[in-house]
Amino acid sequence: MLGEGIIQGLVETARNFFGSYVEKDRLTTVQYPEERHTLPEASRVFPILLYDGDDAAKGLRCVACQICEKECPPRCIHIEKSKDKKPDFVGKQQFYPAVFDIDVAVCMSCQICVEVCPFDAIRMDKVYELSTSDRFGGLLWTKEQLSKPNEYYQKIHPMEAAETDERRVKELAEAQAKAAAAAAKAAQTASPAPGDASGNGASAAAKPATAVHE
Amino acid sequence: MISPGAVDQVFVTLKDWIVFHTPAPLQTLVSIVIEVATIIVVFAALFALATVFERKGLGRMQNRYGPNRVGPFGVFQPIADAVKSLTKEDVVPRAADHVVHYLAPLVLVGVVFLTYAVLPVGRNMTAVNLDAGVLYFFAVGAATELAIFMAGWSSHNKYSLLGAMRAIAQMVSYEIPLILSSVAVIMIAGTLSTVKIVELQARYSNGLAHWYVFTPWGLAGFILFMIAATAETNRSPFDLPEGESEIISGYFIEYSGFKFALFFLAEYLEMFAVSGLGITLFLGGWSSPVSFLAWIPSWLWFFGKLLALLFAFIWVRGTVPRLRMDQLMNFAWKFMLPMTLVTILSAGIWHFLTVAVVGPKPLGGVIRWLVCALVIFVPYITLARVLERGRRIEKRVYRFAE
Repeated sequence: MLGEGIIQGLVETARNFFGSYVEKDRLTTVQYPEERHTLPEASRVFPILLYDGDDAAKGLRCVACQICEKECPPRCIHIEKSKDKKPDFVGKQQFYPAVFDIDVAVCMSCQICVEVCPFDAIRMDKVYELSTSDRFGGLLWTKEQLSKPNEYYQKIHPMEAAETDERRVKELAEAQAKAAAAAAKAAQTASPAPGDASGNGASAAAKPATAVHE
Repeated sequence: MISPGAVDQVFVTLKDWIVFHTPAPLQTLVSIVIEVATIIVVFAALFALATVFERKGLGRMQNRYGPNRVGPFGVFQPIADAVKSLTKEDVVPRAADHVVHYLAPLVLVGVVFLTYAVLPVGRNMTAVNLDAGVLYFFAVGAATELAIFMAGWSSHNKYSLLGAMRAIAQMVSYEIPLILSSVAVIMIAGTLSTVKIVELQARYSNGLAHWYVFTPWGLAGFILFMIAATAETNRSPFDLPEGESEIISGYFIEYSGFKFALFFLAEYLEMFAVSGLGITLFLGGWSSPVSFLAWIPSWLWFFGKLLALLFAFIWVRGTVPRLRMDQLMNFAWKFMLPMTLVTILSAGIWHFLTVAVVGPKPLGGVIRWLVCALVIFVPYITLARVLERGRRIEKRVYRFAE
């Protein structure tokens, strides 16, 4: 009959109208500042630099190899290599970034820097409220702002972090085994004439020991 | 203890008191100013309320919250909207006819406010009691078409002109069923005065009011009237003149800032006015439907009914999608017009089926009701069959998509 469809439609909208006051699941809106979605683990917004231990300056994993700087498609990373070196987690002497800046306004969250980093130093953060009142200084993040402890990474990306940590423990064990073997060999070859050589070997073996402790 | 009668007449008493305390030569002027100012303030406030109700109601129908940020539950949203529209730049196209462009929204709002003069919003609360009140309402209401065409033409924009032409075509077409559906009431009431029509409906037998909507021809007439009123006020599903997706808002596309707000205001005021007339003609104006609720002030009844009709408008808007132009015209001329004529016929039969013809009250009344209902229902079914003949509704097949 003419008009039947309209009545059906009216019933449907009336059901929506009254239902939305009764059933909360009908309302799919997330009222943003008060309510938030829980982000999926793989979500990513902006890179951070990881460090081990408590001291960001000492434990920073980045060795200023500048691969990420070269690979970054919008070229938002700026790195200046240090003049001196500091030991990394296995005790090897490495450069570190004297300057490491990322421009928030330019970054496109592609994660290529993370993919190319051989040192597990750069990872993606989930924080997305990055607006600032200063559009020049406020959007250029320095090394100090980017540095985040490994525990933070374990918190935001637990699965990825577990995989990385496992790999790093293995690498460390291998490095230690290698160092121990080298030390043993040095001790063996140097045993007839103990002197400078054994001293060098001992110092080389002692360095990883501190790193292990960390 | 204040008697219900005093509460009912509180505004009338207040006005009389103010007029009484003004010097004699100014009394007429003060009386007019009070009435006009009240109408403007009350209905403009209702407009503010209606915008937020509409947005929240539509939201709820789509399972959204609607505006809820400004003030508690978003009730101060109209204030934010007003500030926004007042602070916007008023852009006038260089090619526009400046004078007409400037005048169009003012004429529109002015004309719409004029129609409120004859609406009885309560007992003894009619600004002007004209003998030809209904006629006046339609005559003045028709001038909105002029204002809309002024807006569309003076903007010097293709879309504006298209919107204005659509508006004229639609409003002229739907004016006929609108007026014809009220003719039935005028026939039975025997008067064009809105005040008298309401008074005739404010009588009770067996505790039930003599509202015209309780008669078969009145019910059909009311539905037809409201459909025509929806088209007349350019509201969804008849909002072709301002179809955003086709002609980017139609006749008021070249208006910005407060002039745009005036068009918006006029549209809502038109809706209130035509709903008010529908209430006056069919829903017993300010009277209560049952006699034991007659103690509720008459103006509360009127505004309650107005809000109910407003909700119906919002409800329909949230349900029905926009029509196509040919569907709109077919509906007006092939369905609305014959149905209103049938309604008039039914009203005539109702008039002549007196107690002498159908017998005494209880049974005679039922017979009268059924006969008049049949006079409407049979043509309705027949018409629906004829209109739907040869039309198959099937799943749409897309040749190139999917």
